[in-house]
Amino acid sequence: MKITINGGAVELPGGATVGEAVRTLTPMTSGVAVAVNGEVVSRSAWESTPLSESDLVEVLTAVQGG
Amino acid sequence: MEAEVGMDDVLALGGEKFASRLIMGTGGAPSLDVLEEALEESGTEITTVAMRRLDPAARGSVLDVLRRKGIKVLPNTAGCFTAGEAVLTARLAREALETNWVKLEVIADERTLLPDPIETFDAAERLVADGFVVLPYIGDDPALARRLEQAGCAAVMPLGAPIGSGLGIRNPHNIELIVESAGVPVILDAGIGTASDAALAMELGCDAVLLASAVTRAQRPGLMAAAMRHAVTAGRAARIAGRIPMRRYAEASSPSRTA
Repeated sequence: MKITINGGAVELPGGATVGEAVRTLTPMTSGVAVAVNGEVVSRSAWESTPLSESDLVEVLTAVQGG
Repeated sequence: MEAEVGMDDVLALGGEKFASRLIMGTGGAPSLDVLEEALEESGTEITTVAMRRLDPAARGSVLDVLRRKGIKVLPNTAGCFTAGEAVLTARLAREALETNWVKLEVIADERTLLPDPIETFDAAERLVADGFVVLPYIGDDPALARRLEQAGCAAVMPLGAPIGSGLGIRNPHNIELIVESAGVPVILDAGIGTASDAALAMELGCDAVLLASAVTRAQRPGLMAAAMRHAVTAGRAARIAGRIPMRRYAEASSPSRTA
């Protein structure tokens, strides 16, 4: 299935989880947060939350600013 | 001791206590090493970070710097234009950084970066209801400051001048009005250009100062950070000491001449 991670198209196997999507970018689990289609998915739910075709995944972290 | 403000003069904010009244931002630093030195020299205990898409190529993290220094991380919602964006960003920051504190920043346009009062108030209400310690960045508007306090914000953060402008405090009278009626800490945020601006904010009665560019874009950030630390301390002491009234004419400081 095709999903979008941080604005880029990514191909993942059907039924892939939020955790698998995050690992395409980083092995980190702390200091990172995920929203799927505008809703926060808490870290404890990453591995149990499956993604669907066309989902919009945002993976954020803290950077210098403000 | 009369020469010091006193160890009991602490900043009480969001249920915590801080000895430093200088809150630092992290934007604009040329490198993490420069930032680390500036934070050290500033003596800050609270520092803001922004939330952005994770860049797999990024080397080093501002979070590592703050962790090493034992500085409290204050995520902001910089870059948000609507209440909805700001609420989502705050929730992501809470998840990533394990803090329910947020500097709420909802800007109206890219040119001025001035805060949008309507979106800010909307987001503040939603975040307070969601259990956040909300520190909203606002214009120097006493009425909005009061409304945000009533809505449950833990502080109000009026600007001195637009972000990064270094124009200082353009309307000290309004800052005084906000201070006079505030029951929560008032943190002067944005516009500070140099040490005297930070001292003035404290002399006007602000409880703390938040600044970034004035230090991070200075020619010598570490030295300017130290200057800001001294300025905030000096301004606070002057506020507590009580300045003399301004007079139209001279008042002799020597005894009048005899014989």
